[in-house]
Amino acid sequence: MAVGTAQVAEAPRRPPRSKRSLRTRRLAGLIALVVLLVVVVFLSIALGTKVIPLSNVWSALVSPTGTEDDIVIRSLRIPRTVLGVLVGAALGLAGALIQGHTRNPLADPGLLGVNMGAAFFVVVGIYVFGVTTLFGYVWFAFAGAMVASVAVFLLGAAGGRGSPTPVTLALAGAALTFLLSGLVSAIILIDTDTLDAYRFWNVGSLAGRDAEIAGQVVGFLVVGTLIALASAPALNALSLGEDVARSLGQSVRRTRVLGVVAITLLAGGATAACGPIGFVGLVVPHVVRAFTGPDYRWLLPASGLMGAVLLLAADVVGRLVARPGELQVGIVLALVGAPFFIALVRRRKMMSI
Amino acid sequence: MAAPTSDTAPPPVRVPGRTPVRRGPVSGVWRPRNVLVIVVASLVLLLALAVNIGRGEFPISIPEVLAVLFGGGDAGQQFIVLELRLPRSLTGLLVGGALAVSGAILQSIARNPLASPDIIGITWGASAAAVTLIVLGGSGLVGSLAAVGLPIAALVGGLVTAVLIYTLSWRRGIQGFRLVLVGIGINAMLAALVNWLLIIAQVYEAARAQVWLNGSLNARGWEHVVPVGLALVILVPAALVLSFVMGALQYSDDTAKALGVRVNTARSLLLLVAVGLAAVATAGAGPIVFVALVAPQIAQRLVGSARPPIGASLVIGAALTVISDVIARTAFGAVELPVGVVTAVLGAPYLLYLLIRQGREARA
Amino acid sequence: MTSTRTETTAQGEQTDRVRLAAEGVRLGYGDRTIVDDLDLEVLHGTVTAVIGPNGCGKSTLLRALGRLLAPTKGHVLLDGRRIDRMPTKEVATVLGLLPQAPTAPEGLTVGDLVARGRHPHQAWYRQWSGDDEEAVAEALAWTGIADLAERPVDELSGGQRQRAWISMALAQGTELLLLDEPTTFLDLAHQVEVLELVDRLHTERGRTVVMVLHDLNLAARYADRLVAMRDGRIMASGTPAEVITEPLLREVFGLDARVVPDPVAGTPLVVPIGTHRV
Repeated sequence: MAVGTAQVAEAPRRPPRSKRSLRTRRLAGLIALVVLLVVVVFLSIALGTKVIPLSNVWSALVSPTGTEDDIVIRSLRIPRTVLGVLVGAALGLAGALIQGHTRNPLADPGLLGVNMGAAFFVVVGIYVFGVTTLFGYVWFAFAGAMVASVAVFLLGAAGGRGSPTPVTLALAGAALTFLLSGLVSAIILIDTDTLDAYRFWNVGSLAGRDAEIAGQVVGFLVVGTLIALASAPALNALSLGEDVARSLGQSVRRTRVLGVVAITLLAGGATAACGPIGFVGLVVPHVVRAFTGPDYRWLLPASGLMGAVLLLAADVVGRLVARPGELQVGIVLALVGAPFFIALVRRRKMMSI
Repeated sequence: MAAPTSDTAPPPVRVPGRTPVRRGPVSGVWRPRNVLVIVVASLVLLLALAVNIGRGEFPISIPEVLAVLFGGGDAGQQFIVLELRLPRSLTGLLVGGALAVSGAILQSIARNPLASPDIIGITWGASAAAVTLIVLGGSGLVGSLAAVGLPIAALVGGLVTAVLIYTLSWRRGIQGFRLVLVGIGINAMLAALVNWLLIIAQVYEAARAQVWLNGSLNARGWEHVVPVGLALVILVPAALVLSFVMGALQYSDDTAKALGVRVNTARSLLLLVAVGLAAVATAGAGPIVFVALVAPQIAQRLVGSARPPIGASLVIGAALTVISDVIARTAFGAVELPVGVVTAVLGAPYLLYLLIRQGREARA
Repeated sequence: MTSTRTETTAQGEQTDRVRLAAEGVRLGYGDRTIVDDLDLEVLHGTVTAVIGPNGCGKSTLLRALGRLLAPTKGHVLLDGRRIDRMPTKEVATVLGLLPQAPTAPEGLTVGDLVARGRHPHQAWYRQWSGDDEEAVAEALAWTGIADLAERPVDELSGGQRQRAWISMALAQGTELLLLDEPTTFLDLAHQVEVLELVDRLHTERGRTVVMVLHDLNLAARYADRLVAMRDGRIMASGTPAEVITEPLLREVFGLDARVVPDPVAGTPLVVPIGTHRV
């Protein structure tokens, strides 16, 4: 190592060293995230209203004997943890994707209308069809997220020159979000029962979600993840501008369409399962970019991991701070994540996209 | 070089597209499209005001409205017009105008069409304070206490939030981009706080908070018109004066500094005006969403300028709010919707229409 | 513009007047020092070109001279006064600066862009006086873009856009002009066109110009004085013939080259040696 630096110091220009350190940094970052994820997964299984010692956690995982701890772990904590990992990863990925596609660092999946679309359909489900179970909300929410994001994409494309530009996409998303939120407000103001059900759905939470709900959305999340990871090279080209991407032989339109499909599957699935959870999609890519740089082949997987860590950690914190009750994960995320995000914004010059 | 040198041809004195208007020491550029938009929007605003004052459970014809305004009409009409519908309509007008100007300034400073007081946290600061009062103040908060306490709490909440955002985003100067990011962070925290308060509240408190959260002009009287009006009388001229610097701030910071603009001072002053307008408006009528975002964008597209124009934004924001109030009050029979619901439902399609038309023009 | 004409006569009388000076300045961003203990004097009525390899601190120096970057040590003097103690608007009436790759908001017309150069002469109630209009019309005509006045800046070609920006700096009506790589992104013909414009500014209007340039041959052709920088230090300064020498090119740029007289102007011409076909 000492020899290496000495050689490098003599050389007038230093690309070899910075390249190596970048890869080291990226690998170290990914490994750290994986380790962190394992730690939070264990904490998530062990901690809660009832704290279960790690030895019992282990035995429940490998050799369950039907004790009370085993039942709590296998029927409650594990589904919840799995769902947390899936949803967190989905939101992190979706955030990285939408910031890449809009080249707007302020974008999060909510910008495509995903959250409000889901919320609107859920409210219609409650008000018109009398749906009141979490299980029932899932399909309404997912359909709403789909419809809204496709509409925003089409409107954004109509406002741009054939394919949506960052600005038209942002404006179309904002317009549709406000339109739907107006409609949601109208319904919940007219009908107090709907408000009563809706306000609990509206704070994203992992609580009360069982294996069945995870099973409903896992397919969408997996497909979305695969499309997202496969689109990394295309996003890299696109980050240099549409013209460069085209000259590199890319179909910009196809990349955009695939991007919207992936974002909808990921964010829509996550919202369907847990309700609107903001902030993960917005913050995670910024945090991750600090060590991956702008290369989407690193940025996307790291965003997924980071999203899972963040969501699960917030969920665990939420279970601990308000015992015997719990604070919803969406609220914890905002209250803990926001100061962190602000510190990040202050500390460094935000990397532009 | 095809350019004529200065000694072969005398320089032309007119600059195409910049027709001057001059009177004494005052001078400016005549922008016909801007003036046209302001005039048409003002007419629409007046019409909407007249309709809003006339329509309702006791319809009053427009001539009768005018008669009352000039001292005529019977006692019942006088009460309805002067004590109920006129102050309510004026509150709508003022609040809408204030929000629109606030949005126009913020969008210019941040060079981002999404920057508006509802997105960077000022409105949510006001909301968080108001909802806290509604939920935690509980049943003790009725009648006049609510009428006085809520606006003041909202105003303080908005201003405190603004100071917090400003302090946190100051780092060797104020940068539009960092300001928006910090604002979004604060916004998320406050939104979470409000949602949490809504969960722990009794459902009827939650419903009351929900009404406030959507912005309502219901039961707004002269006690609302006067403070909001005073704030506008001070802050809008300030915005118009400062808008002179806004043109230079549109460029990169280096260019603006090279033109002799004290970038940080200018930005701080503009921000102060924008925050003041948004906080006062929110205190007056709750967070009427979307006006601050959409009115400047509509104005900019109608005028065809490179940044949101202050004057046109003001009139369009006021008109949008008053028209929304007419609909919110009268379109659904006995049920009166909060005006904020209608501004969103009305403004969003129009913005989308403008967006699509612009795209079509760009392709043509 | 009568003021500039008197300025031209004044120029003949005292060409050695120092307009802009850096005295022992240290410049950097955050903890990183880029330029340290640098002295520089810019004489009245001269065209100075700052040359040097990428990252040597040329633009940093120019930003400091234009009071966009405050030195952490030392001072910048404009006409003998500390520039950081002068009101920035007053500086803007004497000194104009065109940053590298400036950006304009979408949809802005050329006329509005150039008119923005009048900002330091305006007030909120006086936004388009007769003087403003005259200066802008002249700046547009001078740069040959008068017929583009109503076109949006984002629709222009690179050469037209650069002329629009120079036109804006011109409309500012300052005696000193700092240009950061005014020829970037332009083809050779347009580079020459822009530099001809700078030359005319200097000869016909008596403007004092400091510019950062990459092309050594064009710098040698159009500048009276060259300042060669490396690693934040001035390695040489003087007339092009004094500065552009084979040893200096090796020292500053690490470039093996022959220097021959330019067949057109007689100024030094750099011919790189390289490794191919030698």
